[in-house]
Amino acid sequence: MTANDAAPLLAVDDLSVRFVGREATVHAVNGVDLTVQAGEVLCILGESGCGKSVTLRAMLRLLPRRAAITGRIHVAGRDVLAMSPRELRDLRGGLVSMVFQEPMTALDPVYTVGRQIAETVCRHTGCNRAAARRRALELLELVRVPSAGRRLDAYPHELSGGLRQRAMIAMALSCNPRLLLADEPTTALDATVQVQILILLRRLQRELGMGMIFVTHDLGVAAEIADRVAVMYAGRIVESGPAAEVLGGPAHPYTAGLLASTIHDQADNRDIEVISGSPPDLRRLPQGCSFAPRCSRRRAECRDATPTPRFSSPDRMAACFAIADG
Amino acid sequence: MTDILTLREPVATFTEETPPASIVRGYWQSVFYRLRHDPITLGFGAIVALIVLAAVAAPLIAPFDPYAQSIIARLKPFGWRDHLLGTDELGRDMLSRLIYGGRVSLLMGVVPVVIAAMIGGILGVVGGFVGGRVNTAIMRTMDVFYAFPSVLLAVAIAGAMGGGIGNGMLTLTLVFVPPMCRVAETATTQIRALDFIEAARASGAGTLTIIRYHVLGNVLGPVLIYASSLVSVSILLASGLSFLGLGVRPPIPDWGLMLSTLRQSIYVVPLVCALPGVAIFITSICFNLVSDGLRAAMDVRM
Amino acid sequence: MDYRSSDGSTIDRHDQYDHGGPAPLLVARNLRKHFPVKGARGKAVRAVDGVSFTVAKGETLGIVGESGCGKSTLARLLLHLLVPDAGELIFGGEAVGAAGGIAVKTLRRQAQMVFQDSAASLNPRLPVRDSVAFGPFVQGSTKDEARAIARDILSRVGLDPDMFGPRYPHELSGGQKQRVNIARALAVKPRLLILDEPVSALDKSVEAQVLNLLRVLKRQLGLTLVFISHDLNVVRYVSRRVAVMYLGRIVEFGPVKAIFERPQHPYTQALLASRPSMDPARRIEMPPITGDPPNPIDPPAGCRFHPRCPFVEAICETADPALRVVEDGKSHFAACHLRDRVLGRGRLADA
Repeated sequence: MTANDAAPLLAVDDLSVRFVGREATVHAVNGVDLTVQAGEVLCILGESGCGKSVTLRAMLRLLPRRAAITGRIHVAGRDVLAMSPRELRDLRGGLVSMVFQEPMTALDPVYTVGRQIAETVCRHTGCNRAAARRRALELLELVRVPSAGRRLDAYPHELSGGLRQRAMIAMALSCNPRLLLADEPTTALDATVQVQILILLRRLQRELGMGMIFVTHDLGVAAEIADRVAVMYAGRIVESGPAAEVLGGPAHPYTAGLLASTIHDQADNRDIEVISGSPPDLRRLPQGCSFAPRCSRRRAECRDATPTPRFSSPDRMAACFAIADG
Repeated sequence: MTDILTLREPVATFTEETPPASIVRGYWQSVFYRLRHDPITLGFGAIVALIVLAAVAAPLIAPFDPYAQSIIARLKPFGWRDHLLGTDELGRDMLSRLIYGGRVSLLMGVVPVVIAAMIGGILGVVGGFVGGRVNTAIMRTMDVFYAFPSVLLAVAIAGAMGGGIGNGMLTLTLVFVPPMCRVAETATTQIRALDFIEAARASGAGTLTIIRYHVLGNVLGPVLIYASSLVSVSILLASGLSFLGLGVRPPIPDWGLMLSTLRQSIYVVPLVCALPGVAIFITSICFNLVSDGLRAAMDVRM
Repeated sequence: MDYRSSDGSTIDRHDQYDHGGPAPLLVARNLRKHFPVKGARGKAVRAVDGVSFTVAKGETLGIVGESGCGKSTLARLLLHLLVPDAGELIFGGEAVGAAGGIAVKTLRRQAQMVFQDSAASLNPRLPVRDSVAFGPFVQGSTKDEARAIARDILSRVGLDPDMFGPRYPHELSGGQKQRVNIARALAVKPRLLILDEPVSALDKSVEAQVLNLLRVLKRQLGLTLVFISHDLNVVRYVSRRVAVMYLGRIVEFGPVKAIFERPQHPYTQALLASRPSMDPARRIEMPPITGDPPNPIDPPAGCRFHPRCPFVEAICETADPALRVVEDGKSHFAACHLRDRVLGRGRLADA
């Protein structure tokens, strides 16, 4: 947890999620600490299988019943893990809302877009249908959907990918959430559409003063949108700090490896530096640091114990034995 | 091992070091593994096995001759003079007739399904893979038969062809070919859209080779599941046909026929008269539950 | 016949079809493929609408575009997995499918494809070594020969054949599956390899591994590659020449350096400007282009890009521009009526 005077909008403390299955237990998240201040964008960066989506869903308790969640999650001071089902329903879409990766599957195909947004509005504010429809129109205009009036009565399959994503963002913003959770919302979009959605999200986040957690595997996207970055590997946060510092001068070998292997203007006659090997099996995590088998800077102690977070400044953390203490 | 000397690059740059985590297990091995650990399905499977065994070993275990009639021994209750399950309206031993009747019922249950699976399977795979007009021709023909409720269709065909075991099996086969064809066609169409079929085409494989190596293995699963669930329906339908007099002819023991002839005697020895119905019920339900278990075991997420 | 490449490593192919010389390996001329829309008579999805290009022996051609531009359809046309409605394909100097040229079957011995979805490209019921051996087996090897080829090629792509051969696809990671797909394509010893978004679904670090592998294999086996992707950075790393596609047509074409440093077509400029910067201090403030990539049914009249183009003029709405040379002596072509465009002038809507 970072030291900060104002009470954070979101405080996650030692979050662990295990999926208990018949054949094996998957340790998806292993002791994650996060804070997000109001109006701040935190980017959780990691590759597939690192647990970032599970972490995000845990905050709204959107995980299946067989998931065992331990730890503490506090949103605006309220304990999410202790909430009753009714309080959770008020939380979701109200105080905290979520945008998903695949707009085609996240929107109901048998209802028009306008109707779905209006339904969310009605659910949380209890207003009548006409007022909800007006609000839906306002929201579509807020997310810059051209011909918003016509699009209110369109079905999701009639809209293009970018428009569907905008509609989903409109739905997420319908009740003025204070925290927006975005699970790889631009991964499935084309490059020219991705940049439009990123700029839109940045603008909306600034104007509405929301906190945002943006999950992605793309360092470029993280650079474009994040104030702070937290890098996840095998269910743990291995590095965090301000975006410019983490992406400009990574401390953890994994972050450094990710940066080096991302293709951006490397010379084409030489190999790209790679992180050898594959991510670990979450059912059988190695003892000690989970990154050690692939790490070029591993030492004897890395196999014995999991590195504890080290703070080079109140804001900057890396969990690695190989870096010097600041 | 291969001649790695031809590679000039240091192999370490791109060799995969991490072995895959799980145990090597093919699809069918996974299915058997799951079945082995499913006690409910195993239990009902055991009952099915017992029924089949009893039918096969009928001459060895039946206490009496199923055809032996006796005027004085008619409609006797349980336990009367060594007749464990009583006697029917012609004095024949119920237990023996039930055991022998199992043969007919199982035959009429399994054989039509197997043959229909083969015929319908081939038609469905061909139609699904070739697509276009051939597919339309096959599937719309099937739809004509599919439009009839199966009982009605069975009665109509059996009535037209006359009774008897052979005609009965033929009837049921015809009734089951359309749904089997549809299942096979759906599965084939889904497989056909996947990239590995394109890749096989790109390797230069002909249609038959692709069907043999790539399609059949993947289609077999859904077809097997559906066929196993059809067996219980087939047993019911066969009994129904016999009950209506369109199936087996007397004096051959058959559960449906026995129900029909014992119907009038239900006020005399109700328990004895209900026995064939109980036999049909138990056999059908056990097959059904085994088929459910098979479906669950085969639904391996790959 | 065995060839030695310039760095001394052996290229082992039976190159009886190689006529030698500087002739291009693959020539596509005015390829066209439309898919009729069911229910709407006369309307068609004009997936590929007049595409022409050449691929020289030993080079890597990159094809870049967003969804709806027709690149996947084009990939399948190049391998004759789809029959073109019009246009022709010339491989190794001979027309494909035409009388007197080479048969489609022969094309399939010499050109292979790696698909995007690494999981759907492998039969889930076959172990990996059988999937790889299938190609050689179909093309005439005996089962034992095919298995031996499979072992050899699996180790060439960095997978130990004893460790990975008996595995089933679902036990492998995405990167490993994609290596298997590459092995499968290379098992029949093709000269041309078409890769349809081979790394798009992989994590960035795995992407790097697979790209390194492709570079090495290309050099060792003397391959010619056609690399299709939506990711400009990857295309830049891999290709020598690049074609940019939009709505079924090539809108710009040229050497990779020219395309990336001096893009001439407004769409190419917008694509390049849409790449996220890696520096949080220099973020993109205005989207270079608005709207979504359009649907290839009913493309606009005139220049297909004109509804979204910031520099549109009257002529663009009526006349369809052809590919014209934009840099003398550099084989750099662009299909645009107006020249010397600089991004920044013209109407740009904000987010």
